[in-house]
Amino acid sequence: MKRLLIIIPLVIFLLVVIFLAVGLHRDPSEVPSPLVGKPAPAFNLPRLDDPETLFSSSQMQGQVWLFNVWASWCAPCREEHPLLLKLAASQLVPIVGMNYKDQREKALIWLEQGGGDPYVVTVSDADGRVGIDYGVYGLPETYVIDKKGDIRYKQIGPFTEQIIAEKILPLLMELKAE
Amino acid sequence: MIPEIGHFALVLALFVAIVQGVMPIAGATLLKPIWIGLAIPAARLQFVLVALSMICLAYTFAVKDYSVLYVASNSNSQLPLHYRVAALWGGHEGSLLLWAFILNVWTLAVTFFSKGLPALTRARIIGVMGLISIGFLLFLLTVSNPFERLIPAALDGRDLNPLLQDPGMVFHPPMLYMGYVGFSVAFAFAIAALLSGELDATWARWSRPWTILAWLFLTIGIMAGSNWAYYELGWGGWWFWDAVENASFMPWLVGTALLHSLAVTEKRGTFKAWTVLLAITAFSLSLLGTFLVRSGVLTSVHAFATDPERGLFILAFLVIVIGGSLALFAWRASSIVRGGGFSALSRESFLLSNNVLLVVAAASVMLGTLYPLVLDTLNLGKISVGPPYFDAVFAPLMAPAVFLMGIGPLARWKKAELPELVVRLRWAFVVSLLVAGLLPLLLGRWTPMIGLGIFLAFWVFASSLQSLWLRLRLAGVPLIERFKRLTFAWWGMWLAHVGIGVFILGVTIVKGFETETAVRMHPGDVAHLSGYDFVFDGVTKVQGPNYTATQGNFRVNKNERELATIHPQKRLYTVQNMPMTEAGISAGIWSDQYASLGEPLGDGSWSVRIYYKPMVNWIWGGCLLMAIGGGLALSDKRYRIKRKGHQVDGVAA
Repeated sequence: MKRLLIIIPLVIFLLVVIFLAVGLHRDPSEVPSPLVGKPAPAFNLPRLDDPETLFSSSQMQGQVWLFNVWASWCAPCREEHPLLLKLAASQLVPIVGMNYKDQREKALIWLEQGGGDPYVVTVSDADGRVGIDYGVYGLPETYVIDKKGDIRYKQIGPFTEQIIAEKILPLLMELKAE
Repeated sequence: MIPEIGHFALVLALFVAIVQGVMPIAGATLLKPIWIGLAIPAARLQFVLVALSMICLAYTFAVKDYSVLYVASNSNSQLPLHYRVAALWGGHEGSLLLWAFILNVWTLAVTFFSKGLPALTRARIIGVMGLISIGFLLFLLTVSNPFERLIPAALDGRDLNPLLQDPGMVFHPPMLYMGYVGFSVAFAFAIAALLSGELDATWARWSRPWTILAWLFLTIGIMAGSNWAYYELGWGGWWFWDAVENASFMPWLVGTALLHSLAVTEKRGTFKAWTVLLAITAFSLSLLGTFLVRSGVLTSVHAFATDPERGLFILAFLVIVIGGSLALFAWRASSIVRGGGFSALSRESFLLSNNVLLVVAAASVMLGTLYPLVLDTLNLGKISVGPPYFDAVFAPLMAPAVFLMGIGPLARWKKAELPELVVRLRWAFVVSLLVAGLLPLLLGRWTPMIGLGIFLAFWVFASSLQSLWLRLRLAGVPLIERFKRLTFAWWGMWLAHVGIGVFILGVTIVKGFETETAVRMHPGDVAHLSGYDFVFDGVTKVQGPNYTATQGNFRVNKNERELATIHPQKRLYTVQNMPMTEAGISAGIWSDQYASLGEPLGDGSWSVRIYYKPMVNWIWGGCLLMAIGGGLALSDKRYRIKRKGHQVDGVAA
């Protein structure tokens, strides 16, 4: 009986280790968005290149599209930029950019220096109102939106080659076929 | 060149650590005096090497060498010198180096203050500490090298995380680590005792001062962290049950249990196996805390790196150290000789119950911390466990513990008499009950939780006074003599217990009677809160060394009389473009008036949050009393080092 008792701490510890070991391979910052599966919040925002003209999310109705939130002050956005350029060049999917809580001049310079503009259109959300609707909390964020206008996937943090190959491309194929 | 010297010193330190970890333990088993003799010189040499490495890294920070990746990531040319040096532990690699360095500080102290121990025991202790050091040095050299070069060099550094640019942050991590790592001494002694099979009163007597010292540092470290959160985060909170706070709190709870258990083992020879288990657990939780913070397995404001490779290394290390010691415990503990018996009503049983409550409390904190991870691992979804869980679990566990704490010091060893205890404590009980019923009503609000808190706080005060009175009441001896008879160790215990009461009182009053308001203020506006008037005199621009700030100017008045001016700031750290709030606090014994600046609302007005925090400083005052109590216990006669003569037997007098 006593032998059994003194083994308990070891057993408890080993159980904790198993959970920690599995937990290590999970990303704690991966928070499921409550918006996935729900209609994407509509917006009507000024274009970055031409603040006099408004662009509405309804203009994308009927297509599968990506909605990418970025800012010139966001370092990982720079990291992600070449991947977006590649994706745009493949002509698979239109990417709409949203310049989030940023200054217009800085954002334009950023696009110029980043090696090109992957976006079919960029809107600017200077006061972050639309960002609140989308629950933006860490840039960059990207939403995959289907033909009906529902959000089907949310990416927090920069894309990687792997995520694009394993998650985004298959999902796009599937959504386009719908 | 200097960074390479630091790096090289670490490599050498690893080799020395291997010698220190392997030879003395092998020598103690095979009885080879020369191997045993290596323990002390190796430990001291390792200290010198790791210290050299620390100095090199500090120097690299001081001279702004941005060709070193870690320096470039954690400092900036505009960062003031004291923060540049403190930036040494502002990131992952540097904190680990600090960990290794502090482990060496403790080992060095052991080499100097262990002369009273048998040579074999001493060799094993130093050996075990060397083994721990191997793990940390390997970790540093393989996946967390702070001296890694950045080529080409950065023009300027990315700056230290603005959250950490605060005087509190300069001291908080070293204090906390002194506490964490300090438990390694009791741990090493427990392992040495298990290895040799000699578990007698010596090891308890010898482990006690080391454990008290580690506990003292941990208490101060946690206190500093909580105080920092209070004035830096701008929400007026002082404890958030954040995963990393929990990681420091669990070793504290088990360390507190260990302190008490060691006392019983030393005085009565009982609880031996339990004490060994606590010594192993306290240090294991310190390591686990390091794992939780460093591996990124949990998200937290404190987490520096999310890197599975590092996580895997620490996990393997944990399995070897903790798994190995628990296995050793399971193998050896059944041979530990049982000590003397005691009745169900005795100081032993009170201490044991308290021990169990503390350990269960630590386990419940661990459950709450790891539960989200467990659910995620089992694919049951992502959740987070917040303060409501901890509040609901913690208070019911701590209430009986605190109640027993009042009785314990008055109970006799071995067998106490219930009628005697009742007689001794009836007044304390009645007084605290009365205060708990009336005081909240006087303050304007009575709820069961406030009543319970006030009762427990006054129960601690009254029973402490009672035990002091009983000690002074001895007939036939002059009062001054009776005072002299009370040892420093007893005063230390007494003061630490009173500290718990002060802490509980602070928590109860601040939770029960704090008020807050969020207002829109135009210069000249006055906000009223709990009898205080906050007059807003507008904002001014302030230029700091590496930030620009908007500073709000407030006058705090009460009854038309000006009490203080406070200056909350909204800073923008220019390098990382990161906004920070700096609360403005007018602190006092009875209450703090606290303001934090929100957003500008146009037309010159600002959103402002104002808090009234009654007796909030008692929370940290209580912690301070506990720490002072620990210091008093340490300065007790029997631990004093005899400076002259041949009776130099270190702390084990």
